[in-house]
Amino acid sequence: MTAELPPGLAIQKVDERIMTLNVGPQHPGSGHMRIVVQIDGDYIVACDPDPGYVHRGEEKMAEYRNYITNIPHLERPVIHDSCNVLYPYVLGVEELLGIEVPERAKYVRVICSELNRCIYIMYWLAIYGIFLGHSTMFMWPAGDRELLIDLMEKISGARVTHAHFVPGGVRNDLPPNFEEVCLRQVNYFEKRIKEYAAVFYDNPILISRTQDTGVLSREDAIRLGTTGSVLRASGVNYDLRQKEPYDVYDELDVHSPVMKEGDSYARSKIPWLDMLESCKIIRQALEKMPKSGSVRVKLKPNPKGKGLDSVYKRVESGRGSLGCHIVSDGKVEPYRLKLSVGSFRNLIALPYLLKGEKLGNMPSVYWSLNYWPVEADR
Amino acid sequence: MSVIAPNFKLSEFIKSIIDDVVWTILILSLIGLPAIMMVLFVIPMPVIDGELLTPFLAFTYLADPTRTLPIVQAFMTTDMFKIMAFPGFGFAALIAAGTIFIERKMLAKLQLRVGPFYCGKVEGILQLMGDGLKLISKEIIIPAKADKPIFWAAPVLFVASAAAFVALIPVAPGWVVADVDMGLLGVFAVIGFFPIVTILSAWSANSKFPFIGGIRALFQMVSFEIPLILSLLGVVMVTGTLNLSEIAASQSSFPWIVFLPVGAIVFFITMLAELERIPFDLPEAESEIVAGWLTELSGMMYGLVQLGTYLKLYAFAALFVVLFLGGWNGPMIVPPFPMEIATHGMEMGPVTVKIGGLAPILSQTITQEMLNGTLWFVLKTVGVIFFILLPRGVFPRIRIDMLLNLGWTKLIGLAFVNIFIALALVYAGVLGPGGLQ
Repeated sequence: MTAELPPGLAIQKVDERIMTLNVGPQHPGSGHMRIVVQIDGDYIVACDPDPGYVHRGEEKMAEYRNYITNIPHLERPVIHDSCNVLYPYVLGVEELLGIEVPERAKYVRVICSELNRCIYIMYWLAIYGIFLGHSTMFMWPAGDRELLIDLMEKISGARVTHAHFVPGGVRNDLPPNFEEVCLRQVNYFEKRIKEYAAVFYDNPILISRTQDTGVLSREDAIRLGTTGSVLRASGVNYDLRQKEPYDVYDELDVHSPVMKEGDSYARSKIPWLDMLESCKIIRQALEKMPKSGSVRVKLKPNPKGKGLDSVYKRVESGRGSLGCHIVSDGKVEPYRLKLSVGSFRNLIALPYLLKGEKLGNMPSVYWSLNYWPVEADR
Repeated sequence: MSVIAPNFKLSEFIKSIIDDVVWTILILSLIGLPAIMMVLFVIPMPVIDGELLTPFLAFTYLADPTRTLPIVQAFMTTDMFKIMAFPGFGFAALIAAGTIFIERKMLAKLQLRVGPFYCGKVEGILQLMGDGLKLISKEIIIPAKADKPIFWAAPVLFVASAAAFVALIPVAPGWVVADVDMGLLGVFAVIGFFPIVTILSAWSANSKFPFIGGIRALFQMVSFEIPLILSLLGVVMVTGTLNLSEIAASQSSFPWIVFLPVGAIVFFITMLAELERIPFDLPEAESEIVAGWLTELSGMMYGLVQLGTYLKLYAFAALFVVLFLGGWNGPMIVPPFPMEIATHGMEMGPVTVKIGGLAPILSQTITQEMLNGTLWFVLKTVGVIFFILLPRGVFPRIRIDMLLNLGWTKLIGLAFVNIFIALALVYAGVLGPGGLQ
């Protein structure tokens, strides 16, 4: 068997007990990626995630477009979380160009950002449900997500890809009567997601299946550089909304949920608690928001940076910290744009978590990492 | 909302119906009738009610349709009718089809959606037919390195095993395809076929995901057969028979679930596992192993396996009804047929219509007891099927080690508890001679 193999393949002697499974990219439990899993019976002995199937060169594309035309395509990596994906870029461009954003626009941004976080988490939760074979948990979040999508549609005019944040504020003011509608829908949404506990999070089968599987200790979570819900599920209270508040988050009361277990149950529950927290933040923001005023600073056509300059901004997205590094050389386009995304950093933990696990735990551990394949590939 | 039939015109619809009728009459009279004539003149005719069924007599049935009743009755007493239509395959397939429809609509209601909606105009009632047509018309793709004869045979064997299981179920007094004294033993034997068929199909596909699914199915079915058999021993002890018809008849005053609830619960859980229903659908766990042992099956092969699965579901639910819920026993709710219509004829104004041959068919074949028994049996079976379908909307899938742990420790222990309860009931004299039943 080792006689005529190509040089790259002859490195390791393959034990005959070990079966290699290609999970993805055409597997219902993978997303747009491939996980090469080696199993011995029912146990996973090695796992090699292989992202890159949806690489679109977003960063390179950004070098050929000016600061305004970059907006609609930079939200493409995670269209369900499009406001949050755009947020660090917009903050960075504002710092490059030296723009001061009106107070009302900052509150509108916070509301949009939290609504989008919930929209993203609902989509994530739907897939988590179907990965565990719980089809009701697929349908309910996918349906209740419409409540918030309706709100975002009222704000921006688009259901999913809003392109609503622009350097200097937001594209449009809120529609009339928005505050009451938003409060009503968000209150109903909160009541609705609390019902998920009865059918999903308190389900004895779910608990016995996901507890103590794929445990990521506090030290490992920090060492591997995970972020967002994965980090907070391992007991590290690190949320950029609290640690590095941007826009008006320092005026709002943010209590990010933290759990100590670090298993896939905790990782699946943290986003749900995040949604409850987001509802509270939205209510606070609606209360404190100035009732009138400008929401956008008018920019000059084709704004340019001030000479050689670079800026790094990061926000807490649905998948953890999302950084955007913009280097400007004084032209209308950015010289270089780099996104540091939470998905890819969480994916790094996957081989460590899956080693020694059972094959049946693969979907729950994999999707509990709050991973979005398109964002990781950019 | 999109338009269902964009170019619908009433005139064209009526024209198409008229076209269909004209073509049907034309083809029937030009080809059908001569063919019937040829067949009638060549084939030797049977003797029915003391009369030779000559072609002339056969054509008089066209003038007086009631004369076909003795033929119908003669056909209904044959084994072929029992196998194909009423207590056998046709009846089971009908309930299976209803089950699929109810499952989809019920799950949809549970999940805040509508389910099948457009096909057949009324609540998507023809969706199943559409799905079946789609499966028939799809190409069957066999993996290149598959063991082709076994791979072809496996779906057929699966349906055959399920149909054999259906044949053992008594539906109404005397209405059972195979009324064998060792009926329950036959059930155990037939259940033992399913893991073999599954592993044959999975292994012969020569593909990784079906192989893992097949191994999982084998583990699951074999390890759950033991609590399944043990949980039914209690019923056998208190009735003293293995004949399913006698077991059903023995519950005329109390169903056994009253005395043996533990056995019923154990049997219900093992039933879910044998049927690969959620939460025990590990052999078809989508997010782990694609579709498990069904991954490489395509087209009507997949359709056959689905048919077999739902036949099996009906058969297990019916077995639960027969063993624990009293089978066909229930209060008489079907009204008696007004027999004077059969004997004296029906008065319709000045005319009296006499239907010859109705009296024997009502007193011998379609009796009031049979209709009542079938009604109760179907009601109970549908109720059990409802409870089998319900976990799908509520539970996630469990893991294979948790499943085996459940089967080998908890369920077997509970099954023994059930056996001791049955023994206590028999020895204490609650049941048996001098007892309640």
